[in-house]
Amino acid sequence: MPRNLLAPGHTACAGCGQALAARLVVNAAGPDIIVTNATGCLEVFTSLSPMSSWEVPWIHSLFENSAAIASGVEVALKALGKSGKVRVLAFGGDGGTADIGLQALSGMIERGHDVLYVCYDNEAYMNTGVQRSGLTPMFARTTTSPSGKVWWGNFRPKKDMPAIAAANGALYVATASVAYPRDLMKKIKKALTFEGPKYIQIHVPCPLGWAHEPSLTPRIAKLAVETGLYPIFEMENGKITRVRKVKNPKPVTEYLKLQKRFRHLFKPGGEKEIEILQEIANENLRRYEISDSFAQVKEEKEEKMKKFTLEELEKFDGRDGRPAYIAYKGKVYDVTESPLWEQGEHEGIHFAGTDLTEGMDDAPHLEDVLEGFPIVGELEGEDE
Amino acid sequence: MKKVVEGSKGVAEAVKLCRPQVIAAYPITPQTHITENLAQFVADGELKAEYVHAESEHSAASIVLGASAAGVRAYTATSSQGLILMAEVLFNIAGMRLPIVLTCVNRALSAPINIWNDQQDSFAVRDAGFIQLYAETNQEAADTHIQAFKIAEHENVQIPVMIAMDGYILSHSYEPLEIPSQEEVDGFLPPRKAPFKLDPQTPLSFGVMGPPTHYMETRYHLHQDLKNAKEVVKEVDKEFGKAFGRSYGIVENYFVDDAEVVFVSLGSVVGTIKEVVDTLREEGKKVGCLKIRLYRPFPLDEVRKMLEGKKKVLVVEKDISLGATGGLYSDLVTSLYGSLKAPSVYGFIVGLGGRDITTQTILKIIEESEKPPEPDKFIDLNEEVVKLSPLAERGS
Amino acid sequence: MPIPWGIIAKPGTTRKNKTGSWRTYRPVVDLEKCTSCGTCELFCPEGIIVIEKPEKYKTDYDFCKGCGICAEVCPYKALEMEMEVK
Repeated sequence: MPRNLLAPGHTACAGCGQALAARLVVNAAGPDIIVTNATGCLEVFTSLSPMSSWEVPWIHSLFENSAAIASGVEVALKALGKSGKVRVLAFGGDGGTADIGLQALSGMIERGHDVLYVCYDNEAYMNTGVQRSGLTPMFARTTTSPSGKVWWGNFRPKKDMPAIAAANGALYVATASVAYPRDLMKKIKKALTFEGPKYIQIHVPCPLGWAHEPSLTPRIAKLAVETGLYPIFEMENGKITRVRKVKNPKPVTEYLKLQKRFRHLFKPGGEKEIEILQEIANENLRRYEISDSFAQVKEEKEEKMKKFTLEELEKFDGRDGRPAYIAYKGKVYDVTESPLWEQGEHEGIHFAGTDLTEGMDDAPHLEDVLEGFPIVGELEGEDE
Repeated sequence: MKKVVEGSKGVAEAVKLCRPQVIAAYPITPQTHITENLAQFVADGELKAEYVHAESEHSAASIVLGASAAGVRAYTATSSQGLILMAEVLFNIAGMRLPIVLTCVNRALSAPINIWNDQQDSFAVRDAGFIQLYAETNQEAADTHIQAFKIAEHENVQIPVMIAMDGYILSHSYEPLEIPSQEEVDGFLPPRKAPFKLDPQTPLSFGVMGPPTHYMETRYHLHQDLKNAKEVVKEVDKEFGKAFGRSYGIVENYFVDDAEVVFVSLGSVVGTIKEVVDTLREEGKKVGCLKIRLYRPFPLDEVRKMLEGKKKVLVVEKDISLGATGGLYSDLVTSLYGSLKAPSVYGFIVGLGGRDITTQTILKIIEESEKPPEPDKFIDLNEEVVKLSPLAERGS
Repeated sequence: MPIPWGIIAKPGTTRKNKTGSWRTYRPVVDLEKCTSCGTCELFCPEGIIVIEKPEKYKTDYDFCKGCGICAEVCPYKALEMEMEVK
């Protein structure tokens, strides 16, 4: 048996994450497999007629039907009495899985075929020239989601494919990364102990599409995990069973700055976008219980909302140089600068330092007059 | 054994006898009775096949592609929109030389949506590289399925076969059919021996990329093999005749030899045409009917030989290549081009969207043939509705 | 019927395509530092590094594209990327 079930001489870019992942996957799965492959980078760089890199039986049909071809191969093996002895793996890129291939994948899982579906997630349609897909992360630059005067790159978050696979009924679902090759290989082997539909999504950096140094592929993959942007976890029968924890999550900027596809975020004005990405990362850390600590992107700490009791509020009556605060529907507004609140008095009827929620009903104006006044806190004891 | 069965059931029985190992299909009227009957056979243990409930026709075709590549005998059926949805996969199956068998229960194409019979669907995919056989009767439909597996899997063919049968007219009509026994079919059709397949014992890569230096030769090979498959179709039909007592040929000569005016058609409408030929012959008129059974590859030589020297050829078909002519018309004219004895060729479009075709329709065509020939004459149009063209308000 | 040419390919045949001609830099090993840990072998996208303990780092320069991942991931800094000299 050859040492590698994916032979060299293929035309993947130097440093290609997907080439690395595919080799690890087939090596872990062993020679008694049949692989179906959607159209994409992996298919193209391994099968230029009359050569093929694959040392295992392999078939490429179309872009959107890897899971359906795999379904057909799986039932054929059943008909031949070879189920369990020969296993079926279906490969697809993020586009061929989450977008155009979603229907076939859903049908395959729903029908319960014994197939391991592997999604090589390089976060865009790389083979056709780096166009945006359903798994392109927020603010990533692609050729169809470029950054410009109005756009900051892609404007939608990643589709949660593992959740979709689990909801369809995949017995075993996992995410993996080329940052952790042994973990990836273990997951492939583990998946194959299940009889039924399985889904593994592998994060594979793309030096060309993400525009990074080829040698940094493993490091960038690792940072995606360490920031919380790419959670690594396993699910069985729809429930999360294992999560790769991160002790001290790194701020997303460490990941973003190594890739030119995020370079536009480091221009003036991009700070808000980076914060949004940090929030996405933190949300992942919370949701998957990856870490108890969260990285900050801003230098100063976020101010927690100050709580005011009615007694404390009374102090801010706008007199003698004191600030004028009023409470409305649970929020405390600073109206000191308003000419309508001289010395904390409003039209002789209302006074600062009080809760004016009920007074609004009789007012000759609506609550939108409060727009523009800074909110300095919340009123304690308010449910809303 | 003769049984009165629905046309669809006859096909299902025939397919069952061929022992397919994988069946994948998606429901669409009027194909449904075929796959429902097959499901019942599997449910009762009468047919040992893997039955896959595909979630779309595109996937149904992909599933049989994968199964066939893995070396087993695979079958699917569809109609109309389903056939067009799987069109991409049909080209792929033929290009990969996989011998699947597909039943197209002919139905009209949207828009407007219409579930009734015409042949626009199978004509729309005639370029895909499938062998196409058109059935005139339910008996022929059932028999052709048994022949189809043998043709497709023949070592010099390895090309998928599509059997076209008219929706409702054939699929939903009840007739006494001769259904062979399992022993008879086993004797005629041995198990499939795939010359190349997905197997870890002999790893191969299917569906590699064909660059400009290679692609053209691959298409040339398929084109040549498809043309040469005509001889295999003849041969298998002859063998079938010996084994079961019925054979159909690749074309049928119905009083063509001394005819001056010849109808050319395919599918169930041929039956109606033959009736009119009989009537006109009784009146002393020299008419005949050339039935096309094998449509792809097109039997250029046979057609040319039979029609040279005739006065008029009346092509009757239930399809239209919008903006041009019917498909059969254009193939027929191609076969006659350059002949010094080429007849006048008339192109008649009939029966679209299930419009009823009676002997009156055919007699009307005879009337029309007194006028100068047109390549795309629609017959039996309702003049009141014709006036309601979407562009009518703009004036002539 | 022979294998249909142009549609089906034989396994492992890309070995004819020597991608080593692509590289600008080549990895060079310091055998003193190499501990045969196998990290580079695991991470090579081409799969051409072979470490058979107790033997040390060995790669197939016919195929090495010079991506530099092996040098990056080596925990002992035993690999350096040097300019390819023809």
